Amino acid sequence: METGDLKILSASVRKDILKMLELAGSGHPGGSLSSVELLVDLYLNHMNFNHLNPKDPSRDYFILSKGHACPVLYAVLAQLECINSDELCTLRKAGSRLQGHPAADKGLPGIEVSTGSLGYGLSIGVGVAKGMKTLKQPNRVYVLMGDGEQQEGTIWEAAMSASHFKLDNLCAIVDCNGLQIDGSVSDILNIDPIADKYKAFGWNVISIDGHDLNQVDKAYSDAKNTKDKPTAIIAKTVKGKGVSFMENTADWHGKTPSKEQLLKAINEIDASIK
Amino acid sequence: MVKVYGNKATRFGFGEALVELGKKDERIFVLGADTAASVAINGFQEAFPDRFANVGIAESNMLGIASGLALAGFIPFAATYGVFASGRPWEQIRTTICYSNLNVKIGGSHSGLMVGPDGATHQALEEIAIMRCLPKMTVISPCDVIETKKATMAAAYLKGPVYIRYGRESIPVITEEITPFEIGKAQIMKEGKDVCIIATGTMVYESLMAAELLEKEGINAKVINIHTIKPIDEKAIIDAAKECGAIVTAEEHQIFAGFGSAVAEVVVKNAPVPMEFVGMKDCFGESGKPSDLMAKYGLKDVNIIQAVKKVIARK
Repeated sequence: METGDLKILSASVRKDILKMLELAGSGHPGGSLSSVELLVDLYLNHMNFNHLNPKDPSRDYFILSKGHACPVLYAVLAQLECINSDELCTLRKAGSRLQGHPAADKGLPGIEVSTGSLGYGLSIGVGVAKGMKTLKQPNRVYVLMGDGEQQEGTIWEAAMSASHFKLDNLCAIVDCNGLQIDGSVSDILNIDPIADKYKAFGWNVISIDGHDLNQVDKAYSDAKNTKDKPTAIIAKTVKGKGVSFMENTADWHGKTPSKEQLLKAINEIDASIK
Repeated sequence: MVKVYGNKATRFGFGEALVELGKKDERIFVLGADTAASVAINGFQEAFPDRFANVGIAESNMLGIASGLALAGFIPFAATYGVFASGRPWEQIRTTICYSNLNVKIGGSHSGLMVGPDGATHQALEEIAIMRCLPKMTVISPCDVIETKKATMAAAYLKGPVYIRYGRESIPVITEEITPFEIGKAQIMKEGKDVCIIATGTMVYESLMAAELLEKEGINAKVINIHTIKPIDEKAIIDAAKECGAIVTAEEHQIFAGFGSAVAEVVVKNAPVPMEFVGMKDCFGESGKPSDLMAKYGLKDVNIIQAVKKVIARK
Protein backbone atom coordinates (compact mmCIF):
# COMPACT_ATOMS: atom_id res chain seq x y z
CA MET A 1 0.00 0.00 0.00
CA GLU A 2 1.23 3.48 -0.84
CA THR A 3 2.25 5.95 1.85
CA GLY A 4 -0.70 8.23 1.19
CA ASP A 5 -3.18 5.42 1.69
CA LEU A 6 -1.31 4.18 4.74
CA LYS A 7 -1.62 7.64 6.26
CA ILE A 8 -5.39 7.52 5.84
CA LEU A 9 -5.51 4.01 7.25
CA SER A 10 -3.37 5.10 10.19
CA ALA A 11 -5.86 7.86 10.91
CA SER A 12 -8.72 5.33 10.93
CA VAL A 13 -6.73 3.11 13.27
CA ARG A 14 -6.13 6.04 15.60
CA LYS A 15 -9.82 6.87 15.70
CA ASP A 16 -10.74 3.24 16.38
CA ILE A 17 -8.20 3.06 19.21
CA LEU A 18 -9.70 6.08 20.89
CA LYS A 19 -13.30 5.03 20.32
CA MET A 20 -12.78 1.58 21.77
CA LEU A 21 -10.90 2.97 24.76
CA GLU A 22 -13.58 5.55 25.52
CA LEU A 23 -16.21 2.81 25.50
CA ALA A 24 -14.04 0.49 27.59
CA GLY A 25 -13.42 3.12 30.23
CA SER A 26 -9.90 1.81 30.87
CA GLY A 27 -6.84 0.97 28.81
CA HIS A 28 -3.71 2.43 27.28
CA PRO A 29 -4.01 5.16 24.66
CA GLY A 30 -0.49 6.64 24.84
CA GLY A 31 1.47 3.54 23.93
CA SER A 32 -1.15 2.34 21.45
CA LEU A 33 -1.06 5.60 19.50
CA SER A 34 2.75 5.67 19.37
CA SER A 35 2.82 2.27 17.64
CA VAL A 36 0.30 2.96 14.87
CA GLU A 37 2.60 3.52 11.89
CA LEU A 38 4.89 0.68 12.99
CA LEU A 39 2.03 -1.79 12.97
CA VAL A 40 0.12 -0.46 9.99
CA ASP A 41 3.09 -0.64 7.64
CA LEU A 42 4.09 -4.05 9.00
CA TYR A 43 0.73 -5.66 8.42
CA LEU A 44 -0.15 -3.89 5.18
CA ASN A 45 3.22 -4.05 3.42
CA HIS A 46 5.42 -6.72 4.95
CA MET A 47 3.75 -9.42 7.05
CA ASN A 48 2.79 -12.59 5.29
CA PHE A 49 -0.61 -12.72 6.96
CA ASN A 50 -3.80 -14.39 5.81
CA HIS A 51 -6.75 -12.60 7.36
CA LEU A 52 -9.02 -15.51 6.42
CA ASN A 53 -6.71 -18.03 8.08
CA PRO A 54 -4.56 -16.40 10.73
CA LYS A 55 -3.08 -19.80 11.67
CA ASP A 56 -1.83 -20.42 8.13
CA PRO A 57 1.45 -22.35 8.63
CA SER A 58 3.22 -20.16 6.09
CA ARG A 59 2.40 -16.99 8.03
CA ASP A 60 4.80 -14.52 9.57
CA TYR A 61 4.40 -14.22 13.34
CA PHE A 62 3.73 -11.00 15.20
CA ILE A 63 4.16 -10.86 18.97
CA LEU A 64 2.93 -7.77 20.77
CA SER A 65 5.34 -7.85 23.69
CA LYS A 66 4.07 -4.46 24.88
CA GLY A 67 0.71 -6.15 25.34
CA HIS A 68 -1.02 -3.17 26.93
CA ALA A 69 -0.98 -1.53 23.48
CA CYS A 70 -3.42 -4.17 22.22
CA PRO A 71 -5.95 -1.56 21.03
CA VAL A 72 -3.64 -0.81 18.12
CA LEU A 73 -3.40 -4.51 17.25
CA TYR A 74 -7.15 -5.01 17.52
CA ALA A 75 -7.74 -1.95 15.33
CA VAL A 76 -5.31 -3.17 12.68
CA LEU A 77 -6.86 -6.66 12.69
CA ALA A 78 -10.23 -5.00 12.16
CA GLN A 79 -8.87 -3.00 9.21
CA LEU A 80 -7.67 -6.26 7.71
CA GLU A 81 -11.14 -7.73 8.27
CA CYS A 82 -9.58 -10.46 10.34
CA ILE A 83 -12.02 -9.45 13.04
CA ASN A 84 -15.27 -7.57 12.69
CA SER A 85 -14.97 -3.88 13.48
CA ASP A 86 -18.24 -4.17 15.40
CA GLU A 87 -16.37 -6.25 17.93
CA LEU A 88 -13.98 -3.42 18.81
CA CYS A 89 -16.53 -1.88 21.16
CA THR A 90 -16.36 -4.99 23.38
CA LEU A 91 -12.83 -4.20 24.53
CA ARG A 92 -12.26 -5.18 28.18
CA LYS A 93 -15.87 -6.17 28.77
CA ALA A 94 -16.56 -9.46 30.56
CA GLY A 95 -16.84 -12.31 28.10
CA SER A 96 -15.14 -10.36 25.33
CA ARG A 97 -12.54 -11.82 23.03
CA LEU A 98 -10.82 -8.46 23.16
CA GLN A 99 -9.17 -8.72 26.55
CA GLY A 100 -7.33 -5.83 28.23
CA HIS A 101 -4.08 -7.53 27.26
CA PRO A 102 -3.99 -9.93 24.29
CA ALA A 103 -5.31 -13.35 25.25
CA ALA A 104 -4.72 -16.43 23.14
CA ASP A 105 -7.42 -18.47 24.86
CA LYS A 106 -10.48 -16.43 23.84
CA GLY A 107 -10.50 -17.47 20.22
CA LEU A 108 -9.67 -14.05 18.80
CA PRO A 109 -8.02 -14.60 15.44
CA GLY A 110 -4.65 -12.94 14.97
CA ILE A 111 -3.38 -13.38 18.54
CA GLU A 112 -0.43 -15.79 18.65
CA VAL A 113 0.14 -15.82 22.39
CA SER A 114 -1.06 -14.03 25.49
CA THR A 115 1.16 -11.12 26.41
CA GLY A 116 1.04 -8.24 28.85
CA SER A 117 3.68 -9.06 31.40
CA LEU A 118 6.50 -6.99 29.97
CA GLY A 119 9.78 -8.50 28.96
CA TYR A 120 8.72 -11.90 27.66
CA GLY A 121 7.83 -11.31 24.03
CA LEU A 122 11.37 -11.30 22.73
CA SER A 123 12.14 -14.74 24.23
CA ILE A 124 8.98 -16.10 22.67
CA GLY A 125 10.00 -14.55 19.36
CA VAL A 126 13.42 -16.15 19.64
CA GLY A 127 11.70 -19.50 20.17
CA VAL A 128 9.47 -19.15 17.11
CA ALA A 129 12.38 -17.94 15.00
CA LYS A 130 14.56 -20.83 16.14
CA GLY A 131 11.71 -23.18 15.34
CA MET A 132 11.39 -21.80 11.82
CA LYS A 133 15.14 -22.15 11.25
CA THR A 134 14.99 -25.75 12.49
CA LEU A 135 12.13 -26.49 10.10
CA LYS A 136 14.00 -24.63 7.34
CA GLN A 137 10.90 -22.50 6.80
CA PRO A 138 11.07 -18.89 5.62
CA ASN A 139 8.50 -17.49 8.08
CA ARG A 140 9.58 -14.25 9.72
CA VAL A 141 8.99 -13.23 13.33
CA TYR A 142 8.27 -9.68 14.49
CA VAL A 143 8.26 -8.57 18.13
CA LEU A 144 7.06 -5.10 19.14
CA MET A 145 8.35 -3.86 22.50
CA GLY A 146 8.25 -0.63 24.43
CA ASP A 147 11.22 1.39 25.65
CA GLY A 148 10.30 1.17 29.34
CA GLU A 149 10.07 -2.56 28.72
CA GLN A 150 13.80 -2.61 27.91
CA GLN A 151 14.33 -2.30 31.65
CA GLU A 152 13.29 -5.95 32.06
CA GLY A 153 16.35 -8.19 32.26
CA THR A 154 14.63 -11.05 30.47
CA ILE A 155 14.83 -9.02 27.27
CA TRP A 156 18.60 -9.07 27.41
CA GLU A 157 18.77 -12.84 27.81
CA ALA A 158 16.67 -13.06 24.68
CA ALA A 159 18.77 -10.46 22.88
CA MET A 160 21.94 -12.43 23.55
CA SER A 161 20.42 -15.66 22.32
CA ALA A 162 18.94 -14.11 19.18
CA SER A 163 22.31 -13.09 17.86
CA HIS A 164 24.00 -16.21 19.21
CA PHE A 165 21.59 -18.31 17.16
CA LYS A 166 21.97 -15.98 14.14
CA LEU A 167 18.23 -15.48 13.90
CA ASP A 168 18.04 -13.23 10.84
CA ASN A 169 14.37 -14.15 10.54
CA LEU A 170 13.69 -12.18 13.74
CA CYS A 171 12.91 -8.48 13.73
CA ALA A 172 12.40 -6.60 16.98
CA ILE A 173 10.90 -3.15 17.05
CA VAL A 174 11.39 -0.89 20.04
CA ASP A 175 8.74 1.82 20.26
CA CYS A 176 10.73 4.57 21.98
CA ASN A 177 8.18 7.14 23.07
CA GLY A 178 10.36 8.13 26.02
CA LEU A 179 7.71 7.73 28.70
CA GLN A 180 6.50 5.07 31.10
CA ILE A 181 3.93 5.13 33.92
CA ASP A 182 5.87 7.02 36.54
CA GLY A 183 7.48 9.49 34.17
CA SER A 184 10.22 9.65 31.58
CA VAL A 185 12.26 6.56 30.87
CA SER A 186 15.49 8.52 31.17
CA ASP A 187 14.57 9.68 34.69
CA ILE A 188 13.36 6.33 36.00
CA LEU A 189 15.86 3.88 34.55
CA ASN A 190 17.74 5.22 31.60
CA ILE A 191 17.96 2.73 28.75
CA ASP A 192 20.14 4.82 26.44
CA PRO A 193 22.12 4.36 24.37
CA ILE A 194 19.61 1.70 23.35
CA ALA A 195 20.72 1.38 19.73
CA ASP A 196 24.31 0.85 20.85
CA LYS A 197 23.17 -1.80 23.31
CA TYR A 198 21.48 -3.88 20.62
CA LYS A 199 24.49 -3.41 18.38
CA ALA A 200 26.77 -4.60 21.18
CA PHE A 201 24.52 -7.64 21.57
CA GLY A 202 25.22 -8.52 17.94
CA TRP A 203 22.11 -7.17 16.27
CA ASN A 204 21.72 -5.20 13.08
CA VAL A 205 20.26 -1.90 14.27
CA ILE A 206 18.17 0.58 12.30
CA SER A 207 17.17 3.87 13.96
CA ILE A 208 14.16 5.63 12.51
CA ASP A 209 11.39 8.15 13.07
CA GLY A 210 8.60 5.75 14.02
CA HIS A 211 5.91 7.96 12.48
CA ASP A 212 7.56 8.43 9.10
CA LEU A 213 5.96 5.68 7.02
CA ASN A 214 8.72 5.76 4.41
CA GLN A 215 11.38 5.20 7.05
CA VAL A 216 9.30 2.49 8.73
CA ASP A 217 8.78 0.73 5.41
CA LYS A 218 12.44 0.86 4.44
CA ALA A 219 13.47 -0.46 7.86
CA TYR A 220 11.29 -3.56 7.50
CA SER A 221 12.71 -4.16 4.02
CA ASP A 222 16.27 -3.75 5.25
CA ALA A 223 15.56 -6.18 8.08
CA LYS A 224 14.36 -8.77 5.57
CA ASN A 225 17.58 -8.42 3.61
CA THR A 226 19.90 -8.75 6.57
CA LYS A 227 21.67 -12.07 6.87
CA ASP A 228 23.03 -13.89 9.94
CA LYS A 229 21.90 -11.25 12.43
CA PRO A 230 18.53 -10.35 13.91
CA THR A 231 17.41 -6.75 13.34
CA ALA A 232 16.32 -4.24 15.95
CA ILE A 233 14.40 -1.25 14.66
CA ILE A 234 14.75 1.54 17.19
CA ALA A 235 11.78 3.76 16.47
CA LYS A 236 11.64 7.23 17.95
CA THR A 237 7.97 7.93 18.53
CA VAL A 238 5.62 10.22 20.37
CA LYS A 239 3.49 8.77 23.11
CA GLY A 240 -0.12 9.68 22.32
CA LYS A 241 0.77 10.64 18.76
CA GLY A 242 -2.05 12.25 16.80
CA VAL A 243 -3.90 13.84 19.68
CA SER A 244 -2.49 17.16 20.82
CA PHE A 245 -3.48 16.87 24.48
CA MET A 246 -2.18 13.29 24.73
CA GLU A 247 1.20 13.79 23.09
CA ASN A 248 4.39 13.48 25.12
CA THR A 249 2.87 13.05 28.54
CA ALA A 250 2.98 10.04 30.84
CA ASP A 251 -0.53 10.96 32.04
CA TRP A 252 -2.12 9.28 29.05
CA HIS A 253 -0.31 5.96 29.49
CA GLY A 254 -3.29 4.30 31.14
CA LYS A 255 -6.12 6.84 31.16
CA THR A 256 -9.05 6.89 28.76
CA PRO A 257 -10.70 9.91 27.12
CA SER A 258 -14.10 11.25 28.03
CA LYS A 259 -16.75 11.63 25.32
CA GLU A 260 -15.84 15.30 24.89
CA GLN A 261 -12.15 14.54 24.70
CA LEU A 262 -12.85 11.75 22.22
CA LEU A 263 -14.74 14.13 19.97
CA LYS A 264 -11.94 16.68 20.11
CA ALA A 265 -9.40 13.97 19.31
CA ILE A 266 -11.38 12.66 16.34
CA ASN A 267 -11.69 16.15 14.91
CA GLU A 268 -7.96 16.64 15.22
CA ILE A 269 -7.21 13.34 13.49
CA ASP A 270 -9.65 14.10 10.68
CA ALA A 271 -8.09 17.51 10.20
CA SER A 272 -4.61 15.99 9.99
CA ILE A 273 -5.45 14.03 6.84
CA LYS A 274 -7.27 16.78 4.99
CA MET B 1 10.08 -57.87 51.62
CA VAL B 2 10.04 -54.65 49.65
CA LYS B 3 10.80 -55.57 46.07
CA VAL B 4 13.76 -53.57 44.78
CA TYR B 5 14.90 -54.15 41.21
CA GLY B 6 18.09 -52.12 41.28
CA ASN B 7 19.24 -48.56 41.92
CA LYS B 8 19.26 -45.77 39.34
CA ALA B 9 18.73 -42.04 39.28
CA THR B 10 15.40 -40.87 37.91
CA ARG B 11 17.15 -38.33 35.67
CA PHE B 12 18.25 -41.19 33.44
CA GLY B 13 14.64 -42.21 32.93
CA PHE B 14 13.92 -38.68 31.72
CA GLY B 15 16.92 -38.72 29.43
CA GLU B 16 16.19 -42.14 27.93
CA ALA B 17 12.60 -41.22 27.27
CA LEU B 18 13.67 -38.09 25.41
CA VAL B 19 15.93 -40.06 23.09
CA GLU B 20 13.17 -42.56 22.36
CA LEU B 21 10.71 -39.74 21.76
CA GLY B 22 13.19 -37.96 19.54
CA LYS B 23 13.62 -41.06 17.40
CA LYS B 24 9.95 -41.42 16.61
CA ASP B 25 8.74 -37.83 16.61
CA GLU B 26 10.58 -34.99 14.92
CA ARG B 27 8.45 -32.46 16.77
CA ILE B 28 10.37 -33.17 19.97
CA PHE B 29 12.78 -30.34 20.77
CA VAL B 30 14.93 -30.22 23.90
CA LEU B 31 16.31 -27.15 25.63
CA GLY B 32 18.99 -26.96 28.27
CA ALA B 33 20.48 -24.19 30.39
CA ASP B 34 24.13 -25.16 30.70
CA THR B 35 23.34 -28.29 32.74
CA ALA B 36 22.77 -30.79 29.94
CA ALA B 37 24.82 -33.70 31.24
CA SER B 38 23.73 -33.48 34.84
CA VAL B 39 20.05 -33.33 33.96
CA ALA B 40 20.54 -36.17 31.46
CA ILE B 41 19.55 -34.40 28.27
CA ASN B 42 22.99 -34.80 26.69
CA GLY B 43 21.92 -38.09 25.12
CA PHE B 44 19.26 -36.25 23.13
CA GLN B 45 21.75 -33.51 22.31
CA GLU B 46 24.16 -36.03 20.79
CA ALA B 47 21.47 -37.91 18.91
CA PHE B 48 19.52 -34.93 17.59
CA PRO B 49 21.73 -31.83 17.61
CA ASP B 50 19.39 -29.96 15.25
CA ARG B 51 16.54 -30.27 17.71
CA PHE B 52 18.54 -29.28 20.75
CA ALA B 53 19.42 -25.82 22.02
CA ASN B 54 21.53 -24.81 24.97
CA VAL B 55 20.46 -21.34 26.02
CA GLY B 56 23.17 -20.90 28.62
CA ILE B 57 22.50 -19.77 32.17
CA ALA B 58 19.26 -18.03 31.25
CA GLU B 59 16.28 -19.96 32.51
CA SER B 60 13.59 -17.35 31.90
CA ASN B 61 14.76 -17.14 28.32
CA MET B 62 14.74 -20.93 28.12
CA LEU B 63 11.07 -21.10 29.05
CA GLY B 64 10.26 -18.23 26.69
CA ILE B 65 12.05 -19.96 23.84
CA ALA B 66 10.21 -23.17 24.70
CA SER B 67 6.97 -21.18 24.42
CA GLY B 68 7.94 -19.91 20.99
CA LEU B 69 8.88 -23.41 19.86
CA ALA B 70 5.48 -24.65 21.00
CA LEU B 71 3.86 -21.90 18.90
CA ALA B 72 5.96 -23.09 15.97
CA GLY B 73 4.49 -26.60 16.31
CA PHE B 74 7.21 -28.37 18.28
CA ILE B 75 6.83 -30.37 21.50
CA PRO B 76 9.53 -28.67 23.58
CA PHE B 77 11.09 -30.15 26.72
CA ALA B 78 13.01 -27.60 28.78
CA ALA B 79 15.10 -29.05 31.59
CA THR B 80 17.45 -27.86 34.28
CA TYR B 81 17.74 -28.00 38.07
CA GLY B 82 14.34 -27.79 39.73
CA VAL B 83 14.92 -24.53 41.58
CA PHE B 84 15.84 -22.80 38.34
CA ALA B 85 13.32 -24.64 36.17
CA SER B 86 10.34 -23.73 38.34
CA GLY B 87 11.33 -20.78 40.46
CA ARG B 88 13.22 -18.35 38.36
CA PRO B 89 10.95 -18.51 35.31
CA TRP B 90 7.79 -18.97 37.39
CA GLU B 91 6.04 -15.95 35.98
CA GLN B 92 6.98 -16.90 32.43
CA ILE B 93 5.50 -20.35 33.14
CA ARG B 94 2.36 -18.80 34.59
CA THR B 95 1.65 -15.96 32.19
CA THR B 96 3.08 -17.20 28.92
CA ILE B 97 2.88 -20.98 29.14
CA CYS B 98 -0.11 -21.74 31.36
CA TYR B 99 -2.30 -18.78 30.46
CA SER B 100 -1.91 -19.57 26.74
CA ASN B 101 -2.01 -23.33 27.48
CA LEU B 102 1.18 -23.89 25.52
CA ASN B 103 2.44 -27.41 24.96
CA VAL B 104 5.65 -26.97 26.96
CA LYS B 105 7.09 -29.75 29.11
CA ILE B 106 9.37 -28.76 31.96
CA GLY B 107 11.93 -31.14 33.44
CA GLY B 108 12.83 -30.14 36.98
CA SER B 109 15.87 -32.20 37.88
CA HIS B 110 17.79 -32.21 41.16
CA SER B 111 14.70 -32.16 43.31
CA GLY B 112 14.82 -32.54 47.06
CA LEU B 113 17.46 -32.79 49.71
CA MET B 114 19.16 -35.63 47.88
CA VAL B 115 20.95 -33.09 45.70
CA GLY B 116 23.34 -33.39 48.61
CA PRO B 117 26.62 -31.47 48.85
CA ASP B 118 25.62 -28.51 46.67
CA GLY B 119 23.41 -27.44 49.53
CA ALA B 120 20.26 -25.44 50.05
CA THR B 121 20.47 -23.14 47.04
CA HIS B 122 20.22 -26.14 44.75
CA GLN B 123 17.89 -28.38 46.78
CA ALA B 124 14.48 -27.84 45.20
CA LEU B 125 11.84 -28.26 47.89
CA GLU B 126 9.06 -25.97 46.67
CA GLU B 127 8.30 -26.94 43.09
CA ILE B 128 5.19 -28.94 43.83
CA ALA B 129 3.66 -25.96 45.61
CA ILE B 130 4.46 -23.37 42.99
CA MET B 131 3.57 -25.52 40.01
CA ARG B 132 0.34 -27.12 41.21
CA CYS B 133 -1.30 -23.79 41.90
CA LEU B 134 -1.10 -22.89 38.20
CA PRO B 135 -4.18 -23.48 36.08
CA LYS B 136 -3.59 -25.83 33.12
CA MET B 137 -0.40 -27.26 34.63
CA THR B 138 -0.01 -31.02 35.08
CA VAL B 139 2.46 -31.97 37.81
CA ILE B 140 4.11 -35.38 37.88
CA SER B 141 6.47 -36.65 40.58
CA PRO B 142 7.56 -40.19 39.63
CA CYS B 143 8.81 -42.67 42.24
CA ASP B 144 11.66 -44.30 40.32
CA VAL B 145 13.59 -44.32 37.04
CA ILE B 146 11.12 -46.62 35.28
CA GLU B 147 8.15 -44.48 36.24
CA THR B 148 10.04 -41.33 35.25
CA LYS B 149 10.58 -42.72 31.78
CA LYS B 150 6.91 -43.62 31.43
CA ALA B 151 5.85 -40.22 32.74
CA THR B 152 8.08 -38.42 30.25
CA MET B 153 6.78 -40.49 27.34
CA ALA B 154 3.20 -39.82 28.40
CA ALA B 155 3.80 -36.11 29.00
CA ALA B 156 4.90 -35.62 25.41
CA TYR B 157 1.40 -36.45 24.17
CA LEU B 158 -0.66 -34.79 26.86
CA LYS B 159 -1.85 -31.47 25.47
CA GLY B 160 -0.68 -28.57 27.56
CA PRO B 161 1.98 -27.68 30.13
CA VAL B 162 3.56 -30.46 32.20
CA TYR B 163 6.11 -30.32 35.03
CA ILE B 164 8.08 -33.47 35.76
CA ARG B 165 9.97 -33.58 39.06
CA TYR B 166 12.99 -35.84 39.06
CA GLY B 167 16.32 -36.23 40.82
CA ARG B 168 20.07 -36.53 40.69
CA GLU B 169 20.74 -39.29 43.16
CA SER B 170 20.58 -43.04 42.56
CA ILE B 171 17.45 -44.42 44.27
CA PRO B 172 15.78 -47.84 44.50
CA VAL B 173 13.84 -49.09 41.49
CA ILE B 174 10.49 -50.20 42.88
CA THR B 175 8.34 -50.58 39.80
CA GLU B 176 8.72 -52.72 36.72
CA GLU B 177 8.20 -52.26 33.00
CA ILE B 178 4.89 -54.12 33.31
CA THR B 179 3.63 -51.86 36.09
CA PRO B 180 0.71 -49.90 34.64
CA PHE B 181 1.15 -46.14 34.36
CA GLU B 182 -1.50 -43.60 33.54
CA ILE B 183 -1.27 -39.87 34.14
CA GLY B 184 -3.75 -38.99 36.87
CA LYS B 185 -4.16 -42.48 38.25
CA ALA B 186 -2.80 -43.38 41.68
CA GLN B 187 -1.07 -46.72 42.14
CA ILE B 188 -1.91 -48.98 45.09
CA MET B 189 1.46 -50.42 46.12
CA LYS B 190 0.24 -52.36 49.14
CA GLU B 191 -3.17 -53.09 50.60
CA GLY B 192 -3.98 -52.34 54.24
CA LYS B 193 -6.75 -51.07 56.49
CA ASP B 194 -5.32 -49.48 59.65
CA VAL B 195 -3.78 -46.43 58.04
CA CYS B 196 -3.01 -45.23 54.53
CA ILE B 197 0.42 -43.86 53.66
CA ILE B 198 0.09 -41.73 50.55
CA ALA B 199 3.46 -40.84 49.12
CA THR B 200 5.05 -39.29 46.07
CA GLY B 201 8.45 -39.53 44.42
CA THR B 202 11.37 -40.70 46.52
CA MET B 203 9.16 -41.16 49.58
CA VAL B 204 7.23 -44.06 48.05
CA TYR B 205 10.14 -46.41 48.75
CA GLU B 206 10.45 -45.08 52.31
CA SER B 207 6.70 -45.66 52.74
CA LEU B 208 6.99 -49.26 51.61
CA MET B 209 9.87 -49.80 54.03
CA ALA B 210 7.84 -48.20 56.81
CA ALA B 211 4.82 -50.37 55.99
CA GLU B 212 6.95 -53.52 56.20
CA LEU B 213 8.25 -52.54 59.62
CA LEU B 214 4.75 -51.58 60.77
CA GLU B 215 3.42 -55.04 59.81
CA LYS B 216 5.85 -56.53 62.30
CA GLU B 217 4.21 -54.37 64.97
CA GLY B 218 0.76 -55.46 63.91
CA ILE B 219 -0.13 -52.26 62.09
CA ASN B 220 -1.55 -52.98 58.64
CA ALA B 221 -0.72 -50.00 56.43
CA LYS B 222 -1.95 -49.34 52.91
CA VAL B 223 0.57 -47.61 50.64
CA ILE B 224 -0.43 -45.52 47.67
CA ASN B 225 1.96 -44.02 45.13
CA ILE B 226 0.62 -40.77 43.72
CA HIS B 227 2.83 -39.74 40.83
CA THR B 228 0.37 -37.27 39.34
CA ILE B 229 -0.06 -34.54 41.90
CA LYS B 230 -2.17 -32.54 39.51
CA PRO B 231 -4.72 -33.65 38.43
CA ILE B 232 -4.78 -35.72 41.60
CA ASP B 233 -6.64 -39.05 41.81
CA GLU B 234 -9.39 -37.93 44.16
CA LYS B 235 -11.22 -41.24 44.11
CA ALA B 236 -8.19 -43.20 45.29
CA ILE B 237 -7.67 -40.77 48.16
CA ILE B 238 -11.32 -40.72 49.20
CA ASP B 239 -11.57 -44.52 49.08
CA ALA B 240 -8.42 -44.79 51.19
CA ALA B 241 -9.72 -42.30 53.74
CA LYS B 242 -12.96 -44.21 54.08
CA GLU B 243 -11.23 -47.56 54.23
CA CYS B 244 -8.40 -46.72 56.64
CA GLY B 245 -9.68 -43.76 58.64
CA ALA B 246 -6.23 -42.16 58.95
CA ILE B 247 -3.71 -40.84 56.44
CA VAL B 248 -0.03 -40.02 56.47
CA THR B 249 1.42 -38.19 53.47
CA ALA B 250 5.10 -38.23 52.60
CA GLU B 251 7.11 -36.01 50.25
CA GLU B 252 10.68 -34.83 49.84
CA HIS B 253 9.34 -31.29 49.77
CA GLN B 254 8.07 -28.54 52.07
CA ILE B 255 4.95 -29.60 53.96
CA PHE B 256 3.34 -26.19 53.42
CA ALA B 257 1.39 -26.04 50.16
CA GLY B 258 2.98 -29.23 48.84
CA PHE B 259 1.83 -32.74 48.10
CA GLY B 260 0.38 -33.35 51.56
CA SER B 261 -1.70 -30.23 51.22
CA ALA B 262 -3.00 -31.43 47.88
CA VAL B 263 -4.10 -34.69 49.49
CA ALA B 264 -5.57 -32.84 52.47
CA GLU B 265 -7.66 -30.67 50.15
CA VAL B 266 -9.38 -33.82 48.90
CA VAL B 267 -9.68 -35.45 52.31
CA VAL B 268 -11.09 -32.47 54.18
CA LYS B 269 -13.72 -31.80 51.55
CA ASN B 270 -14.87 -35.37 50.99
CA ALA B 271 -13.94 -37.71 53.84
CA PRO B 272 -12.26 -35.91 56.71
CA VAL B 273 -9.95 -38.17 58.70
CA PRO B 274 -6.92 -37.39 60.86
CA MET B 275 -3.79 -36.69 58.83
CA GLU B 276 -0.07 -36.34 59.47
CA PHE B 277 2.42 -34.81 57.03
CA VAL B 278 5.96 -36.07 56.56
CA GLY B 279 8.17 -33.63 54.69
CA MET B 280 10.47 -30.66 55.13
CA LYS B 281 9.16 -28.71 58.07
CA ASP B 282 9.33 -25.20 56.59
CA CYS B 283 13.11 -25.00 56.52
CA PHE B 284 15.90 -25.08 53.99
CA GLY B 285 18.32 -27.98 53.56
CA GLU B 286 22.10 -27.86 53.74
CA SER B 287 25.20 -29.50 52.31
CA GLY B 288 25.69 -33.15 53.21
CA LYS B 289 25.42 -36.72 52.04
CA PRO B 290 21.96 -37.39 50.62
CA SER B 291 21.20 -40.24 53.00
CA ASP B 292 22.42 -38.26 56.02
CA LEU B 293 20.28 -35.30 55.04
CA MET B 294 17.16 -37.41 54.62
CA ALA B 295 17.68 -38.77 58.13
CA LYS B 296 18.50 -35.40 59.64
CA TYR B 297 15.46 -33.68 58.20
CA GLY B 298 13.02 -36.45 59.01
CA LEU B 299 12.37 -37.94 55.58
CA LYS B 300 12.94 -41.63 56.32
CA ASP B 301 10.81 -44.70 56.99
CA VAL B 302 11.25 -44.19 60.74
CA ASN B 303 9.67 -40.75 60.46
CA ILE B 304 6.75 -42.18 58.55
CA ILE B 305 6.35 -44.84 61.24
CA GLN B 306 6.27 -42.13 63.92
CA ALA B 307 3.64 -40.24 61.97
CA VAL B 308 1.55 -43.38 61.51
CA LYS B 309 1.48 -44.05 65.24
CA LYS B 310 0.51 -40.44 65.93
CA VAL B 311 -2.32 -40.43 63.46
CA ILE B 312 -3.71 -43.80 64.45
CA ALA B 313 -3.99 -42.54 68.03
CA ARG B 314 -6.34 -39.83 66.76
CA LYS B 315 -8.67 -42.16 64.85
